[in-house]
Amino acid sequence: MAVATDLIAKTDEQKAITEMVRQFADEKILPNAEHYDHEDEFPAPIVEQMKDLGLFGVTIPEEYGGMGLDLTTYAMIVEELSRGWISISGIVNTHFIGSYLLMKFGTEEQKQKYLARMATGEIRAAFSLSEPECGSDVQAIKTTARKLDGAYEINGQKMWVTNGLLSSLVFVLVKTDPSAEPKYKGMTCFIAEKEPGVSENSGEYAGFTVPPKIKKLGYKGVESTELVFDGYRCPAENILGGEEAGLGQGFVQMMDALEVGRVNVAARGVGIAQRALELALRYSQERKAFGKEIAQHQAIQFKLADMATQVEAARLLTLRAARLKDAGERSDLEAGMAKLFASEAGRFCVEESLRIHGGYGYSKEYEVERLYRDAPLLLIGEGTSEIQRMVIGRKLLQRHKI
Amino acid sequence: MKICVLVKEVPDAAVEKRIDPSTGRLDRSGERNLNPYDTHAIEAAMQIREGGSDVEEIVAVTMGPESAVRALHKAVSLGADRSVHLSDDSLAGSDVAATGYALAKTLQRESPDLVLLGQQSDDGECYTIGAVVADHLQMPSLTQVIKLDVEDGAKLRCERQAEYGYDTVSVEMPAVISVGDAINEPRYPSLKAIMGAKKKPLDAVAAGDVGIESDHVGEAGSQVQCGDFKPPPEKAGGEIIEDEDTDETVEKIVAWLDERKLL
Ligand SMILES: Cc1cc2nc3c(=O)[nH]c(=O)nc-3n(C[C@H](O)[C@H](O)[C@H](O)COP(=O)(O)OP(=O)(O)OC[C@H]3O[C@@H](n4cnc5c(N)ncnc54)[C@H](O)[C@@H]3O)c2cc1C
Repeated sequence: MAVATDLIAKTDEQKAITEMVRQFADEKILPNAEHYDHEDEFPAPIVEQMKDLGLFGVTIPEEYGGMGLDLTTYAMIVEELSRGWISISGIVNTHFIGSYLLMKFGTEEQKQKYLARMATGEIRAAFSLSEPECGSDVQAIKTTARKLDGAYEINGQKMWVTNGLLSSLVFVLVKTDPSAEPKYKGMTCFIAEKEPGVSENSGEYAGFTVPPKIKKLGYKGVESTELVFDGYRCPAENILGGEEAGLGQGFVQMMDALEVGRVNVAARGVGIAQRALELALRYSQERKAFGKEIAQHQAIQFKLADMATQVEAARLLTLRAARLKDAGERSDLEAGMAKLFASEAGRFCVEESLRIHGGYGYSKEYEVERLYRDAPLLLIGEGTSEIQRMVIGRKLLQRHKI
Repeated sequence: MKICVLVKEVPDAAVEKRIDPSTGRLDRSGERNLNPYDTHAIEAAMQIREGGSDVEEIVAVTMGPESAVRALHKAVSLGADRSVHLSDDSLAGSDVAATGYALAKTLQRESPDLVLLGQQSDDGECYTIGAVVADHLQMPSLTQVIKLDVEDGAKLRCERQAEYGYDTVSVEMPAVISVGDAINEPRYPSLKAIMGAKKKPLDAVAAGDVGIESDHVGEAGSQVQCGDFKPPPEKAGGEIIEDEDTDETVEKIVAWLDERKLL
């Protein structure tokens, strides 16, 4: 197996890249996150700079104007961005999944049409499975697409679409054959184009509405929206992979993309956990109680020890899943484990860090308050912890059938 | 115009500086990186080019062990077109004067119109290499420059930070200029620039290639005698004055300052 034994070893380029992204997070993201979080405002200047740095084209092949880097390097970048603020990685996240779908399943024309502009960040992508009445149970989606006069007319409602407003492309899963058995065979992924930033689309995009963004506990700054399709017409050539090859393949395509998506979320968990640990290490050596730094109390040291252990383990699981995928090995089980463990590590570490901060952790004056509101998203997006356990359990039994 | 930028590999800023008790010298082990002060010099070169001056080439030049290649990669990812790496066992242990001589020899081969460098290195913090290099090259030298404009392609108008305010100085090129970190905000290297760094030409030269006389460099060629270096004493805890009666507190603070002749 061509997987490096030293999981955290980095190439010179990976070192230079993570160093750059870390500096970017320290200088541009962390000092501004509080403002954008508080205002729930899209961090446009940060995103513009990320475009210049090439962060929207990390995994897109060089022939389409991207960097052609592997999932492992991408995961390292995501960890650093998330250490700054998970909303920033969220802006890249759905875009990354969209570009993965195109790279793996798109026709040559589709790649030519979209990838180069995606690599520069000129256009950004969202992906949309969830609906008001279903999230975990993807096969229960109701949105439909019917062929009428050479195009597909999409009707229905989608929910929780990250980057729903400002994206130009939405990779949307719909039912094209409502009577299919099993259901997933009647599902298709469309590349739905729209005008970025417009809520009531018109002209060729008429029938595509983006309602006002959903108000959230945390994970602010990046918009999560509903999408309403009411007679929106999507050309047949916008079926991912083309009409002939792509019709009825949407579910399988999306599940494949979710596998890399899970590595991506895992990396976000590592980043936020790492940040929570850093804040705890600092605060616990500044704050005094009962005549000494609180870090000198064993109960606090044990918390720090548990946090650091979780961060390290989460990072190793994440890098292992990424490296397996890069090596062309099967990594579904590993991606699920990484996602489950790292997102839970994120939640655990932000809570421990908040406790270590005492009352101040509960105040908006301290960064950990934001982390505490941000971290739970990772327990839910791209499959809840319960769903991860189901996937892991099922795969385990498949691999070890007696 | 050809610009050479002197760069150096130093211990990473996150690594705590300490004296190695066995050698009595600075412990330079651990993670290393491009001297952060040098990134301002590279950025200054880039801004001269982008400001419309005709800059044919920006060349990063370093003297250092094999590992210094990484600092050169970073330098080219920040915009330099190519790099020169002077590396030779005979150079180990060179003091500031010897290092300046060796760098000047290396620069001579490039015949630059302008040599830029950071105000100090993050490890040795001598602030003097620029002047030593300029002396060998017989070029004017300015330090602490925080604004730099090219005039008529042959002259530089520089603002330098002085103890009380700013000096505005005009110098003829070729010149050696060390820049203060207030001069600019260095850019981040893009992913493309990072991935392309190893593809830019890197010229590895030995002492003999650039005519360095071996008795001028290395420990033997250095005048500096390393004595008994010790880490600085730990800072005392400081004195906390509880503010019970503000008049009294002010008096105490004034007395404290007065005692130390700070008023
Ligand atoms: C901020 C945010 C951004 C999001 N962005 C996107 C996006 O860009 N695109 C997108 O498509 N979706 C997105 N989602 C949706 C997300 O993927 C879903 O919320 C998630 O999959 C869970 O679905 P649900 O909310 O419908 O919960 P449900 O599926 O209704 O689950 C409710 C609870 O039941 C549990 N549960 C469900 N089924 C089982 C079972 N079989 N066994 C045991 N327990 C079960 C779940 O674990 C959960 O605890 C986003 C969500 C959030 C909060």
